[in-house]
Formats: sequence, structure tokens, C-alpha cells
Amino acid sequence: MGTFAFLVLAALLIGSALAVVLHPNPVKSAMALVATLFLLAIVFVLLGAHMIAVLQIIVYTGAIMVLFLFVIMLLNLGDEEVPTEWPRVVLRGLAGMAGALMALQLVRLVAGAPLGRMVDAPEGYGGALMVARSLFTDYVLPFELTGLLLLVAVIGPVVLAQRRGR
Amino acid sequence: MSLGGFDVQVLRENGFATEEMTLNMGPQHPSTHGVLRFVVRADGEVMTEAVPDVGYLHRSIEKIAEKVGYHGFMPYTDRVDYVAAMPCNQGWAMVCEKLAGIEVPRRAEYCRVIACEFNRISSHLIAVGTMGMDIGAFTPFTHALREREHINDLLEELCGARLTFNYMRIGGVAWDLPPDFAEKGLAYIDRFEPLIDEYNALISFNKIYKERLINVAVITGEEAINYNLVGPNLRGSGVDFDVRRDIPYSIYPELQFDVPVGHGEEGTLGDCFDRYMVRIREIQESCKIIRQCLQQIPEGSVLAKIPRKFKPPVGDAYVRIESARGDMGWYCVSDGSEYPYRVKVRTGSFTATSIIEQVSRGLMIADLITVVASFDLVAPEIDR
Amino acid sequence: MKDLVLSLIAEGGALAGVPFSLAAPLVMVAFGALVVFGFVLPIAGITSWLERRVWARIQSRIGPNRVGPQGFLQWLADGLKNLLKEDIIPSAADKWLFSLAPYLVVVGFIATFAAVPFTSSLIIADLNIGILYITAVTGIVVVGVLMAGWSSNNKWSLLGGIRSAAQIVSYEIPAGLSVFPIVLLTGTLSMQGIIRAQGWAPWDWFFFYNPFTFAAFFVFFVAALAEGNRTPFDIPEAESELVAGFCTEYSGMRYLLFFLEEWGNLYVIGAIVTTLFLGGWQVPAFTDNPMLLAVAQFGTFFLKAYFFVFVAMWVRATLPRVRVDQLMTVCWKYMVPIAIVNMLGTAAWMLFVPETLGRLVQFGMTGLGAVVVVVFFRRVRFHLRRANLKPSDYYYSPII
Repeated sequence: MGTFAFLVLAALLIGSALAVVLHPNPVKSAMALVATLFLLAIVFVLLGAHMIAVLQIIVYTGAIMVLFLFVIMLLNLGDEEVPTEWPRVVLRGLAGMAGALMALQLVRLVAGAPLGRMVDAPEGYGGALMVARSLFTDYVLPFELTGLLLLVAVIGPVVLAQRRGR
Repeated sequence: MSLGGFDVQVLRENGFATEEMTLNMGPQHPSTHGVLRFVVRADGEVMTEAVPDVGYLHRSIEKIAEKVGYHGFMPYTDRVDYVAAMPCNQGWAMVCEKLAGIEVPRRAEYCRVIACEFNRISSHLIAVGTMGMDIGAFTPFTHALREREHINDLLEELCGARLTFNYMRIGGVAWDLPPDFAEKGLAYIDRFEPLIDEYNALISFNKIYKERLINVAVITGEEAINYNLVGPNLRGSGVDFDVRRDIPYSIYPELQFDVPVGHGEEGTLGDCFDRYMVRIREIQESCKIIRQCLQQIPEGSVLAKIPRKFKPPVGDAYVRIESARGDMGWYCVSDGSEYPYRVKVRTGSFTATSIIEQVSRGLMIADLITVVASFDLVAPEIDR
Repeated sequence: MKDLVLSLIAEGGALAGVPFSLAAPLVMVAFGALVVFGFVLPIAGITSWLERRVWARIQSRIGPNRVGPQGFLQWLADGLKNLLKEDIIPSAADKWLFSLAPYLVVVGFIATFAAVPFTSSLIIADLNIGILYITAVTGIVVVGVLMAGWSSNNKWSLLGGIRSAAQIVSYEIPAGLSVFPIVLLTGTLSMQGIIRAQGWAPWDWFFFYNPFTFAAFFVFFVAALAEGNRTPFDIPEAESELVAGFCTEYSGMRYLLFFLEEWGNLYVIGAIVTTLFLGGWQVPAFTDNPMLLAVAQFGTFFLKAYFFVFVAMWVRATLPRVRVDQLMTVCWKYMVPIAIVNMLGTAAWMLFVPETLGRLVQFGMTGLGAVVVVVFFRRVRFHLRRANLKPSDYYYSPII
């Protein structure tokens, strides 16, 4: 049951992820990204990580992707490609290299994983308490730094927009 | 630019192409008060330009007059401004009387003023009601229309029609007041006057409503005169002019009434809220006028002796009356025959349309609706 | 839920001998379908009828009164009519997204019912992150609205969609921040857990717990109205400005689905408010009969939740619509700061206010609330007397 559900989800996930990259229309590409993130949330649910799944939907599909779509629709981008000063070959080469790096890392991770040795999740796994505890103890420094980064990202646009308005 | 649309301007900024949006508002749009069209150029929600396109309701009423004769044209005048048809009736009757030099019986003059003022109230009720509806509050509209229904009942007793009255005749009015009209009219006014305060409590002084109207589309007195705004739109900008008082006609000099003028009570002088409040106050003044008329109306006939074949002497005449939408001009040239040689109607909605392009710059799309409603535009009156 | 499934398997009948891993999803799906078709859709439909009647009454009209007694079955007639209507998809529209959008909107709204409680034991899934889950699936609605707005290929629709996106994303913040004081107080995100932390008496509700939760209630309710596209925040479908906003090009059943969401969502708003601030299904333990208790709990919860549906109708009939920039001002300059103060204030309250004083404050605030209610009804009576209504004026009342 669980395996079957995962296989279906994985197929859909890969399909929609490909659509994000390959679809020429930016709005539909963004819509596919919404679907990808949503499906990813369902994968989290299957893993028992309910908290992460819900946060994924709230933050990504509910807020970030909506803003993406908002901007794309406001700019009224058509099927044309975003103009750039770089030659296309260079861009594709760079993207390919980044992708290969990611794939390599993924293969290493999977190869080193303890496959076949399933461990039962501890009590309360994936709940708010567990997530909060690990966030505020083991990962408190990265957590705070991320907060700082996001704060900069919030203030930055305000400053930029104000300068343009003047 | 043309009314067919704008040449879309593509701005390239940081490599991204953005363009302004051309919006076609109307001729079928829920809040253009009839078939009126605007071509709006908008940058997101902010309008850079809104150009009115008139002519969708043109029915050649002025030309028809040349074919149907003086008496026969009276029903057509109802259609010039069907929200306030009585003043149009009166304008046509007065211009014909001026051409032929006819004296109207005093009772008929009273009947005319009573009918016109009732009609002014009902027209202003539509204006303030649709204002609320365009801002998004539906309840005030139905409450205003409920009161308008009572006025329609009264006018129906008077002339048998509820919208296009055809009540007046050259030289008087078609029918005398029904026997108990005075009592009914006074009873209605007594009931209606406190309701204005209730209406104000419901919507006029609502915080959200005021926020939507105050400081929107400010028109200075000078601008209003330059653009030839009339009636409540002109008075909303603080210009103290009312045809009924300043170029008196009919029995208005004998009546006691004030001319409400906007004074920027909540925001800037000449904003939408001022124009709106002027209408509310005018309703109250009309109630005063009707009360006086119903109390002082003299006995007598209501129609002067006019030949069936009405042939005014050669010449021309121009009369100005204060319709619900302001100074309405009726001009008629007679060549001595049974048919007018030329008729021209000058209406307030048409000139008000011309200033929309000027005031709508930099407003938001939602404000365009407010502006149109605050001018109390009636599409048939624009085009005739 | 688990106990119910196990007992069904043990007792025999339809599920006898079926393994638990298969029976559990079956029972869940059956119960979910029961809730959707037996409760969610009727409640949305009846709300549509009631809204039109209440609206009509406030506007001194009659409203729909032909189909069934007092027009009660109007919603069925409307649904049937819209099902039979032609489903027009504009040729210039994006067919896929255009037809998908209404379903996304409805799914986003129906999915919330998975975590909406009915009684102490009746809830589809008592998730340990219930309130967050509801916030999350409501977020799907905005994607559907944006999709509808863009795929219609109509400028009014696009403007409506964009307005809606800006509005919902903004108002999710004060709404979410207003949930936090309650989460701080209870230490749980589960809907049932939050209700269990309150009592049946008004002074045990979080509404009257302290001044900050009191303010949080109003912030949450206003933000929820804004998220649900209700007047005075109905700018995405503002009919006097944007024709019909994001659903301008829709017709037939697809059009109706958007409104199904709007009306059904009213109940969801009411249910969340009831859960968070008004003690949910809590009733005094007046009987040992579990069935009777369940009925009382359901009735209490439903009445509380539906009261807010009525308030939303009332607000819609009274207030005009704000402008887009005013909408954003209200959210970012007033509601978000107030919500943050509420959150910090509640935290400080928990730390510094001794229990006896807190108890006194609860009683005091409840008393204040009672005074406000009494004053309100006295005003209503005063106005009714001043209006001097005759019995004939009640002639076209919705209920009488």
C-alpha cells in the first residue's frame, strides 16, 4: 500500500518537476512547480513528517508560489524567453554542471544509506514538538542565521523599492 | 491614442518587458450607469488615463422634434433624462411658452414645481443609492429605491405614469392634482424626512464609505466652471449657483429654500464626498419646497387656452432650468410652422463626462467607479 | 476513529474479517464522503439560501421564497439549474487550467473539514497539527483563484486573480499570528486539544481569557473574512468594479463551485473561531448518555459556528467595500502589529500574571461582555420602538 502510493507519487513528482523545467510558458511552469511542491508535501506525509508537510504547503504553495505567480502575471510574460546577455550554450553548460553535481551528491547519499534496515519512528515523530526541539537545540545556530538572512531579504526590497520611487 | 485602444507601450526595464494594460470598461459593465464606455489605460491598479466614449445611447431626440411638432414632442422629452423626466417636460413647455409668449396659470406652475421637486428627490435617491452600490454596499440602494417607489406611486396618481411622465403641456399641465394629493404628499414628506438621517447613519457617515469618497477626484471651483459642470457637481466644488435662485423661473422666487454648497466638510473641497453630500442636502431642500407648495397652492385652472395647431411666431428662445442633474438648457428655433425648425438640449451629464479624463489620472480603477457615480451620470442624457 | 474501526471489525457485519490496514482507509473514506455529501454541501447550499433571505430582509426585500417552504429548497433548484446549463469555456482561454481551477478551489475548502471537529469524538482526523493543517489547505484555494484569473484570458479576471492573491497572502499573516496566542496557552495544535483546554462556561473560553486573546479574536475574524473574500474585503470579485472578478468568464456549474467555496468557507471560519476562542463543543456534563451528550455537543458547536456565519452575512449587508490600497493598509499597518502585540502579550501574561488574578480577569471580562450584549439588545429595542412598526410591516419576514 505505502510502496504503491510512493511509486505513483514519485512518478507524478518527476513528471511535474520536468514540466517545470521544460514548459515554455512561465505561468504553466510555475503552476507545475506548485504541483511539485504539493506532491512533495504528500511524500512528507507518507514519511510521517506531518509538521514538515503542512509547513511545506503553507510556505511554498500558499505563499511563495503565489507571489511567483503574482509577479509573472503582473509582468505578463508570454512564451518568450527571458533575455540575457550570456550565450545560451554557456548557460546550458553551467546548468548541466550544477545538475550533475547534485546528482552525484544524491547518488553518494543513497549509496551510503542503510537500505533494508528500516527503523521505527520514535513516538511523536514529525509533530510540532519534535521539530521545534531539534530546531531550537541541535540546529539553533543555522536556524537563527536563516532568520537573519530572511530579515535581510525582507528589508532589501523595501530599500530598493523606495529608492526607485524617489 | 484612440478609442479603439492604445498602442501598447512596452517598457524594457532591467531586461524585462512590461506593458501597460488597456482595459475596456463598458459599454456593458455593471456600474457604468447605462451604456457608457471607458477606455482605461492602467498600470496595474492605477489608471494613467480613462477616456470616456459617448454615443451608445444616441436616439436623435432633437431631430425627432423637427418631425413631430410642438405638442407631439412632449413624450419624447421624457426620454432625454428618464431618471428625472419632469424637469425635461418643464424645459420643453417653458421654451415653447417663451416662443409664443403664453402666460401659464398659477396653479399649473405650482403643479409643475411639485412634480419637478418630487422627481428631483427620486432622481437624487437613485444617485445616492447607486453611489452606495458602486462602493459595494447594496443595502442603501434598496432602501433608497424603496422610498423612490413611494414617490413613483404619488406621481402615478398625478399623471398615470411612473417613469416617463408626459405630465406637462404647453401652457400648463395635463391634469390637476388628485383630490387628496396634498394630504398624501405632506404625509409622505413627514415620513420621509427623518429617513434621510437614518440613511446618513447607515451609509453616508460610515467610516469605510467616507474613506472611499474623501479626497478622491478633487475638482476646484475654477476647474468646475472651466469644464462647465452644472448642478450638484458644480455646487460640490463650492460654487454657489443654482438656476432656481439665480435665474429665477416659475414660482421659485416665492419659495423659501437654501442652496446647499459643498464646503469640504470631511476632506478637500470638491471631492466626491462633497458632491454626494450636496445631493443629500438637496433632497432635504426639495422636501421644504414641496411642503410650501402643497400648503400655498392656489385654486384655478391648470391649462391655458392653447390652439390644437400650435404655431409660435418666427424666432428663437432659450430657457434654463435646474434639472436634477443641474442647469439644463432648452433652445428652440421656430420658423412659424407647426414644426420646430431646430431644437437643442444642453445637458449636465454630457459636460460632466468631459472632465472624467482630467480627474481620473492617477486614480485607481475602483475610484473611476466612484467618480462616475459621484457625477450622477445618466447615459441617455449624455447622448440624447 | 481507530477504536471505531477495530470495534467494527470485531463485531462482524460488513467489515468482519477485513484486515485493519484495509478497513481503516475504507471507513475513513466512507465517513469523509458522508461528511462531504451529508454536511458540507448541504451546509454551503443552505447558507446560500439563508444569506439571500437575511440579506433581503435587511434590505426590505423578500428574497427567494418560492421553492419549498420559505424558499428553503432554493439552493437545490439553483444547483440543478447550474448543472443543466451549458458549460462555456472561452476559445481564448487555457482549457486545462480553466477547467481545473474551480475544482482546486473546492478541494481546498472541502479538505479543511478533515480537521474540523463536530463533537468530542466525531472528527474525521484529529491531527496533532490540526489548526496548521487547516491554514495549509486553505492556501490551495488561492492557487485555484489565481489559476482561474489567469487562464480566463480576460483582463478583469486577471485583475481579480491578482487582487485575490495579494489579499489572501497578506491576510494569512494576521490570521496565523492570531492563532499563536491560543497555541501558546494550550501547548497543542490539535483542534480537539484546543477545545479540551477550554470549558463550557463563557469565562473558561479563550475569548475572555485575557485582553490579548480578546483582541486576537477580532483580528482573526476580520482576517478570516478577508481570506474568504467577504465584504468589506470582497475586492477580488467586486462586481461594480471588476464585473465578476476572477470568475467573470465562468458559467454553469464551474461558476457555482466558486460560490460553493465561498459559502461553505463561512462555516469553516465559524468553526475555527468557535474552536479557538469560544470553547468549541464544550457542554456541561448533564447526562451519562453518550449519545445525548454527543447531540448536545454537536448542537452547541453548530450554533456557535453558525452564529458567525450569520455575523458575516450581516456585515456583508451593512458595509461598503474597501479599496485595494486601503485593504493593504489595514492589514500591514494595523492588524499585523496588533496580532504581534497579542502574541507577545499572551506570552508575558502566562509568565507574570498569577493564577488568581487571571481568574478574576476572566470573570471581569465575561461580565463586561455580558454588559455589551445587554446594551446592544437595548439599542435594538430602542430602534424598533422608534421605527414604530405595525404588525403589517412584518408581513414579508423570512421566518414568520
